Amino acid sequence: MQFDWMKIPYALLTLFIVINFGYLLNSFIAKIAARVGRRRGIPIWQTYIDVAKNYGLRTSITHGVMFYLGPVFRLSGGVGLLLFVPSIYGSYMFSNLSFAGDLILALYFVFFGTLGMALGAAESGHPYSAIGITRGLSQVTAAELPFALAVFSVALQYQTLSVTDIVAAQQGGILHWTLFTNPLAVVAAMLSLLGSMMRPPFDVVLAPQEIPIGPPTEYHSSYLALMQTNRALFPIAKLVIYMNLFFGGATDWPTFFLKVFLIYMWSVFVGVSFPRFRVDQSIRWFLIWAVPIGILSIVLV
Amino acid sequence: MKDELKKRLVKGPDGVEFEVDPLRDYYCDARPQVEPPAVSKIVEDFFNWARAESLWILGFATGCGAIEMRPLMTPRFDAYRFGVQWRPTPRQSNLFIISGYLSTKTLKRVIRSYEQMQSPKYVMGLGSCTINGGMYWDSYNTIKRLDDYLPVDVYVAGCMPRPESLLAGFEELKRIIREGKGEGANKYAAEFDRYKANQKQVIHDWDMPDYNW
Repeated sequence: MQFDWMKIPYALLTLFIVINFGYLLNSFIAKIAARVGRRRGIPIWQTYIDVAKNYGLRTSITHGVMFYLGPVFRLSGGVGLLLFVPSIYGSYMFSNLSFAGDLILALYFVFFGTLGMALGAAESGHPYSAIGITRGLSQVTAAELPFALAVFSVALQYQTLSVTDIVAAQQGGILHWTLFTNPLAVVAAMLSLLGSMMRPPFDVVLAPQEIPIGPPTEYHSSYLALMQTNRALFPIAKLVIYMNLFFGGATDWPTFFLKVFLIYMWSVFVGVSFPRFRVDQSIRWFLIWAVPIGILSIVLV
Repeated sequence: MKDELKKRLVKGPDGVEFEVDPLRDYYCDARPQVEPPAVSKIVEDFFNWARAESLWILGFATGCGAIEMRPLMTPRFDAYRFGVQWRPTPRQSNLFIISGYLSTKTLKRVIRSYEQMQSPKYVMGLGSCTINGGMYWDSYNTIKRLDDYLPVDVYVAGCMPRPESLLAGFEELKRIIREGKGEGANKYAAEFDRYKANQKQVIHDWDMPDYNW
């Protein structure tokens, strides 16, 4: 198999579109959350200004090599997740670098960022970072379990590990979506989504009012700007996987934007309606409600 | 100096003895440097605009003025509209609001937090107490003029100022930053000795390095 070099600029174009969409979506979601609280909320371009300011700070200090690498790992987790999954099904330009076994790789990348963050935060030596990352890892692990089960269930159902093939199998009408052919897997995955989007009720890890802001306590200037970029990119990259696996993928950009936005809104709806869980409560919640559904979906398939 | 800050020998779990000097081992005591602005004027103007439109406040309240910041987060005044946000850690903040009287005991923590913030950073004095001591002008344990201890960019006068005046203060600070005059951090670095002498004059139990980040 020969490698097609034109794929690289196309993949970068995807990255560019998705990052900008992520910035806008993040501030839009913040605005929605503010409107729920009867505030006007931040301007829609605020995320861009924040990132520009953080890149523009004059000083930054380091705590060691891993402190540098933490945000880099986190961002590469997001980029990797995005680039190894086709964004637009059937499009040569935006199918990115997807290949036959990309589903397993994607599962790995979902976790990669948090692990990188753990190393970086530990290097910063701040006790709050250590507590934050311990909470973060335990919660993400619990939330990943039902997602992994749902992914295996879907892979069993379609007998393939390629995201492209899974999307192809769902084409031809809304009733071909995994949402209707394997509803239990989708329910388990959507419950798991709540845990990994860092929104209430599962945002105790990053909430500023808790152990101050958790893992990124010591991060500032460009480090923080890198992590903000990742916060724009990573949720979208993760939602692309959800869209491809469960909601029929997207064949053009408008469908892509709409589907990603609607799936994001699910976590926002839950987030503005329910108060925050403690970490032990949220782990218990995932193990009691989400994991059995995931197991059931595998058994049924 | 407190006992736990003195130099001492510690025996590790593996039986090896080593010397611990808390003041040197846990802090960096490098002096702050004057940080020049970006070479190109356009770039610096752009950064100044971004800094002005994205003020991140350190959630550190010293006196009664802190109560005026709560309404700014809630629907009635909603400072988020103006790019003002609150951050829980000094590393990520740019604006330090000294909200009201500042006791010498708190001043110590204020200095440490201020020095941990990244340049360029701004200080806002909220209330009359930060200007001339206000109603605490003859108190034995509050400072009278904040400007002697930290470089203040903008004052919001009043006792207490309403949240509206705080918003006006933010707008004034934004104007200052956009004009490139928000150079408090560089002033602090340039006149470091004067500020340190003033600080040490009122803080009697000085048990930290001169500069800590």
